[in-house]
Amino acid sequence: MSQATLNMSRARHSLAPWARIATLAVCALLTLGPVIWTVSTSLRTPAESFDLPPKIIPTNPTVESYRGVFDQIDVWLLALNSTLVTALIAVGQMITAGLAGYAFARLDFRFKKPLFGLVLATMMVPLQVTIVPVFLVLKSMSMTDTLLGLIIPAFPTAFGTFLMRQYFLGMPKDLGEAAMLDGASPWRTFRSVYAPLATPGLAIVGVLAFNYHWNEFFRPLILETSGQNYTLPLGLVSLQGNLGTGSISVVLAGVVLSMIPAVAVFLVGQRPLREGITSAGVNR
Amino acid sequence: MTNTEIPTVRPSRPAAAPATGPARPSARDRGTRWLATLFLAPTIVGIVVFTVVPIVGSIVLSLFHWNVIDSPNWAGAANYREVFTDSTVLVSFRNTLVFMVLAVALQLLIALVLALAVNGRMPVWLRSVFRSAFFFPLVLSAASISVVMKYLFNQDFGVVNWALGLIGIAPVPWLTSENSAMAAVILVYVWQQFGFSFLLFVGGLNNIPKEIHEAASLDGATGLRKHLNVTLPLLSPTLLVATVVGVINALQVFEQPYVLTNGGPGDSTRTVVMVIYESAFEQLRFGEASAVGVLLFVLIMAVTALQFRLSRRFVHYQ
Repeated sequence: MSQATLNMSRARHSLAPWARIATLAVCALLTLGPVIWTVSTSLRTPAESFDLPPKIIPTNPTVESYRGVFDQIDVWLLALNSTLVTALIAVGQMITAGLAGYAFARLDFRFKKPLFGLVLATMMVPLQVTIVPVFLVLKSMSMTDTLLGLIIPAFPTAFGTFLMRQYFLGMPKDLGEAAMLDGASPWRTFRSVYAPLATPGLAIVGVLAFNYHWNEFFRPLILETSGQNYTLPLGLVSLQGNLGTGSISVVLAGVVLSMIPAVAVFLVGQRPLREGITSAGVNR
Repeated sequence: MTNTEIPTVRPSRPAAAPATGPARPSARDRGTRWLATLFLAPTIVGIVVFTVVPIVGSIVLSLFHWNVIDSPNWAGAANYREVFTDSTVLVSFRNTLVFMVLAVALQLLIALVLALAVNGRMPVWLRSVFRSAFFFPLVLSAASISVVMKYLFNQDFGVVNWALGLIGIAPVPWLTSENSAMAAVILVYVWQQFGFSFLLFVGGLNNIPKEIHEAASLDGATGLRKHLNVTLPLLSPTLLVATVVGVINALQVFEQPYVLTNGGPGDSTRTVVMVIYESAFEQLRFGEASAVGVLLFVLIMAVTALQFRLSRRFVHYQ
């Protein structure tokens, strides 16, 4: 009965459910609109890209623009660079964050608190504030304009370390104590008992790293000066600059191609991605 | 290594348990310390080389004139004086603050309304469709999507002006007028970022016990009144996080203005990070760029601290 009165009062006073859902649907369309337009325009001929009203379903779908983008830029090379950089950073971050997170959560050593404080403090430091000295450090190691210069500085991850520490802290302590009573060394306790349980946490670190570094623009823009070291976002922005407005659909075809892996990760790893983004408060 | 160690480690264990404190470390303790050093080394060394040293480096560099080619010249406070007199730098700070206030306010408002709407009654599958849709722009590259948006906001053939035309609004020179360029940059940024606050709010709303809503409804609170008096105070810790992170991110905006307008027309969309980029990597004025970077860091810390101070009055923890 109380449920019925609740429903009545809700129906009387708040927006009717269908109006609320319709509004949400319009907002969802506005949100996805630019992406839908990108895909559909990339399937039109360059001459038709200007058509207004925009046709969602192209009348004569064509992959001409996709051929065009392969003619204009070395898509394979850009994709290879992006893949190398992103994959190595993701794996590297999973390793460094997994190890450091475990040490902070489960090992006893001197200066644990100040060291953890140091890690946390660096989460506050924006990349742009340190980029000039980082550039100079890399230059002194002759690592500017190399992919390694993008990869290595991205290995330590303050947030990943923090996340993995929380993750290991959440695991029952008895597991490790039982293993140690059985005579397992500290390394063995980590390797056989805790590490196998850490996969979901590591997945969050990996997916976040992928999402951020696949799309990264600022560091590649500064570090990579020769075209052969460009990553996809850098290649696309310079493609637009070179082509002007004449070949919209070609540029958009490139954008669509570069989105595919990000969308795939979105579909497969949406849950770790969402958990990571919300717990992080970092979306960069 | 592990197998051979076991016999030597085992006997020491019972002794190690009671003897806490300054007693001689057991083999296990030494093993633990050794392992900790090994585990921490990549992260700590990396953080020191690529964050701690660069912060100190930024401060030191900001006191010199340096173009990387010639040897650096002592500048004292000259770089900072220049920051406060150079009109481009000053404008970039003003632009960034204006951008921050408007973008964060818009982002939070949209996210909050949508989160409340999604939280209402609807089929589960529909809720997850909406949630995915609003979250989707976050996984795209800000640079690539700005390339797309540049076309959409084109004055003559852009879809945005076409749609505005349908409701009788004359074409807006979005990216080519000093009056509207910042608005376009804000819209593009908010379009991509609101999903982040949205996710936070959805999580926050889920944490509010259902009974509180039901009790409020029984007491006669409805609709907007209920949200203002009941939901918002309960959501205030989440609001604080969303605001703080939103502000920190907004103060670092770069991709959207760089791709959409390259800071123009004039300096109307030039942001602080764009100035850092241009003065260091286009004009080779590393000292000035570092000074601007240090000031941005100070600004971010100050604004964050201010928010936490103010939050004491507005944030209610359950």
